Amino acid sequence: MSKFGFKLTPSGTINYDQGDFRLAEFIDQHEPSSRLCISCGACSATCTGGAFAKLEMHKIHLFIKRGMSDNVKTQIQNCMYCGKCQLVCPRGVNNRNVIRLILTHFKI
Amino acid sequence: MTTLKYQTVIIGGGVAGMAAATELHKSGSKVVLIEGNKKLGGQVNNWYKVFPNFRPASEIVNSLSTNLLKDKIPVLLETSITHIESNSGNYILKSNQGQVIEAETVLLATGFNTFDPSGKEEYGYGIYPNVLTSVELEQRLKTNTNGISPKRIALVHCVGSRDEKVNRLHCSKVCCVSAVKQAIELKEFYPNAEIICLYMDLRMYDNGFEELYRDAQLQHNIKFIRGRLSECALNIEKDLVLKIQDTLAGLPMKLTVDQLILMVGKEAHQLPQFDESIIIEKASHGFIKPADSHLNPNTTSQPGIFCCGTTSGPKTIQETISDARSASLAVCDYLNKK
Repeated sequence: MSKFGFKLTPSGTINYDQGDFRLAEFIDQHEPSSRLCISCGACSATCTGGAFAKLEMHKIHLFIKRGMSDNVKTQIQNCMYCGKCQLVCPRGVNNRNVIRLILTHFKI
Repeated sequence: MTTLKYQTVIIGGGVAGMAAATELHKSGSKVVLIEGNKKLGGQVNNWYKVFPNFRPASEIVNSLSTNLLKDKIPVLLETSITHIESNSGNYILKSNQGQVIEAETVLLATGFNTFDPSGKEEYGYGIYPNVLTSVELEQRLKTNTNGISPKRIALVHCVGSRDEKVNRLHCSKVCCVSAVKQAIELKEFYPNAEIICLYMDLRMYDNGFEELYRDAQLQHNIKFIRGRLSECALNIEKDLVLKIQDTLAGLPMKLTVDQLILMVGKEAHQLPQFDESIIIEKASHGFIKPADSHLNPNTTSQPGIFCCGTTSGPKTIQETISDARSASLAVCDYLNKK
């Protein structure tokens, strides 16, 4: 039988009704300052790890809130724990604790 | 028929008209306030509480109308001006009640209307019962008649504002902070529901607005999604399914809500009919264009006719009252020089 090279591609839509919000609830409960993120991107711009690999802290906040935990798990492994993301945050988000909680949640 | 004579006729008994009437009276001008409805207060009567401090809107209306009563300022209710013409430097106004009023100056405080979203069919207003406007929500909050037990409610910003598709290019200024205020009120009403604001930009420009936004995030856990609603439809369970673009994640998004609140924008209220010789210039958004937006914000293109409040564009209540007081100075200045 000939192979045509067809394959199923996963949906590119955020399905908010079926997201995995376990990580979101865990972080919201233990670090409510995470609610204050407005995706300004200051954290990602200053990120030491992000200069070398895929790591955008503001996107991590967003992925958590949209129930897209898989993306968080991949990116967080590039973090070098320098804490600059917290120093620059204009909204006072405790990013170091958010990262610690993500690592705890995924048992990394 | 006798002609009533005043120095200044104020058209519109909302907060702008009431504030201006009191100021003009204080400076010794003989003034009359004309209102088309049965009671004073205008659009503010439709609000339950106002931003940023959740003060009851009725408090503001009552305070201003008490001043009018105390000073015995003449008020004509259920009266609309149907025609205005100029007559040797003065103005002759005719009302629907048959009165003829002669005045040296006219102060337009006709205010605004809210955008009717039924033309934007993709938002489902007038089609699905759980889609309502921010003004209708205020009424329901006031009378405690929202009557649903929602799991999730979304508020859509910029409905009838900043939208070329409905020929409304301007920003209505107050909807951003109004949405944040209503989101908090809804959360207090339904503590277990998820309240989401769908916004394009959040313009928290005045004192206390940014603080209210922070409060909404931190204390009330209101969710903010940056994206514009493209479509609202019903699923088989009769829930509202929203399709939006999450512009921060850079992905399309789908979510179900139980109720959708449309933050309707402001548009210019119709002005009275003027005689051909009277020319009142309007800006591109349909509101009156002041002679000089920085230095003479209350002077129109017609000498002797002034504007105040939202007649010259969207404003908060605070800005409206300040503008009305500034207008009364402009009117006094004109009367003194006459």
